[in-house]
Amino acid sequence: MAEFIDGIIKCWQQYGPSYLEGARNTLIISLVGTIIGCVIGFAVGVVQTIPSDKGDPVWKRILLGITKVILKGYVELFRGTPMIVQSVFIYYGARMVFNIHMDIWSAAFFIVSINTGAYMAETVRGGILSIDPGQTEGAKSIGMTHLQTMLYVILPQAFRNIIPQIGNNLIINIKDTSVLSVISVTDLFFTHKSVAGALYLYFESATITMAIYLTLTVTASALLRLLESKLDGDDNYDLATTDTLAHTSGMYTYHPKEKTLEDFK
Amino acid sequence: MSENIIEIQHLEKNFGSHKVLSDIDFSVKQGDVTTIIGVSGSGKSTLLRCINVLETPSGGKILFHGEDIAAKGFSVTDYRAKVGMVFQSFNLFSNMTVLKNCMVGQQKVLKKSKEEAEQTAKYFLEKVGMLPYINAKPKQLSGGQKQRVAIARALAMEPEVLLFDEPTSALDPQMVGEVLEVMKALAEEGLTMIVVTHEMAFARDVSNHVVFMKDGVICEEGTPEDIFANPKKEETRDFLARFIN
Ligand SMILES: Nc1ncnc2c1ncn2[C@@H]1O[C@H](COP(=O)(O)OP(=O)(O)O)[C@@H](O)[C@H]1O
Ligand SMILES: [Mg+2]
Repeated sequence: MAEFIDGIIKCWQQYGPSYLEGARNTLIISLVGTIIGCVIGFAVGVVQTIPSDKGDPVWKRILLGITKVILKGYVELFRGTPMIVQSVFIYYGARMVFNIHMDIWSAAFFIVSINTGAYMAETVRGGILSIDPGQTEGAKSIGMTHLQTMLYVILPQAFRNIIPQIGNNLIINIKDTSVLSVISVTDLFFTHKSVAGALYLYFESATITMAIYLTLTVTASALLRLLESKLDGDDNYDLATTDTLAHTSGMYTYHPKEKTLEDFK
Repeated sequence: MSENIIEIQHLEKNFGSHKVLSDIDFSVKQGDVTTIIGVSGSGKSTLLRCINVLETPSGGKILFHGEDIAAKGFSVTDYRAKVGMVFQSFNLFSNMTVLKNCMVGQQKVLKKSKEEAEQTAKYFLEKVGMLPYINAKPKQLSGGQKQRVAIARALAMEPEVLLFDEPTSALDPQMVGEVLEVMKALAEEGLTMIVVTHEMAFARDVSNHVVFMKDGVICEEGTPEDIFANPKKEETRDFLARFIN
């Protein structure tokens, strides 16, 4: 046991900064990948829920149809294949077939974003469809366009509903960026492999690495929960009235399920 | 005789092979309060939804100030801003406060400034008795309150015509009155309205034109006097007999 603890201390003393740099890289790649992935996911999800209106000209409907098929293909392709294989395929494939020499960072951002985008597209689509269509009709009935309805009514609600999924994706990305070490991205897992190999302290280094991953994921989920409760706002509202009688009713304890306010109207 | 705001000519609507509306003809003038009555499934909602272009008619025409609303180049969104709609299920925006619900259309569709939109919104919220609740979210309101906000949201666009699709049917009985009260006041101020309703007292006392629909056609229409005191058709008498009792 003492030997094990000594091993951990040795790893940390010699390579502490490397672990921290690896952790930083992991965090940057997963954060940026999740954010860009969300933007992709929102774009794809929104396009996939554009209604095909019979009143539209034929070319517009055909174009929309083709776009939807392509996007569906994208989602299926990236959800249906392992990220580790995609990494090799994209990084070396681009080099050999198209002579595109991606630097490792661009490749890492690209692979994580495009993957997250594929997952988020489905989540966003579901989030949009889960909003009561009555609200879309309410927006249309006052003259709002499809785009305005999306921007101001549907997406804010869909966004709120899918924050837990965004959090999930971030946590998955923090862990799954470890597969990028296959193309030599110097993330936390890559650091672990290097340190363990140099010092022959596999178990000790893995312990440190596990602890860092866990710290990252737990912090991420705590921050997201905070964001969620921020967005939900206050459950109460102030009566905008000068009628002092209204205040004796204890408006701060007003609960939406009890229709007590109705009593003094 | 004043000009027709809305004129419906030979309107038809099919859902697949299911014929829901056929040969609907009627018109609405400035200040008219038209009520549409009839049993469930007779096509009343579909008719209103065609007028608001939430459904595309299968045949016939709807004219707005003489212009075909299905014509190329006719702006449906501008038209909808002038022909508002109040739904049975309120359809308020749950992510916005009462005030924002009544402002967003003015700002985004009518391109009004925030200050102007807020002033107009508050004016109409006061009218429906919901001014004290401007900071509430829809889920914090009762059904009657939601519907009054929905009416204020539609009014804030200052429409020429307001369509109501059974605005009191989803409400608890004790809240029906507060909504009907608001609608009656609007009618008295001269707002042009088309109201689908099962409230026969409202149809009789407030409207000046009653349309009785059955199986997707207009079975009988006329003044409230004609329809309630002297119905000519057997079907109208049957329908009313069921409701008056
Ligand atoms: N979107 C739809 N698709 C198919 N049938 C519909 C649709 N909407 C309404 N209908 C049918 O049209 C008929 C008239 O419905 P509706 O206009 O809602 O009647 P009302 O409002 O008078 O109760 C009903 O038979 C209904 O089932
Ligand atoms: Mg109906």
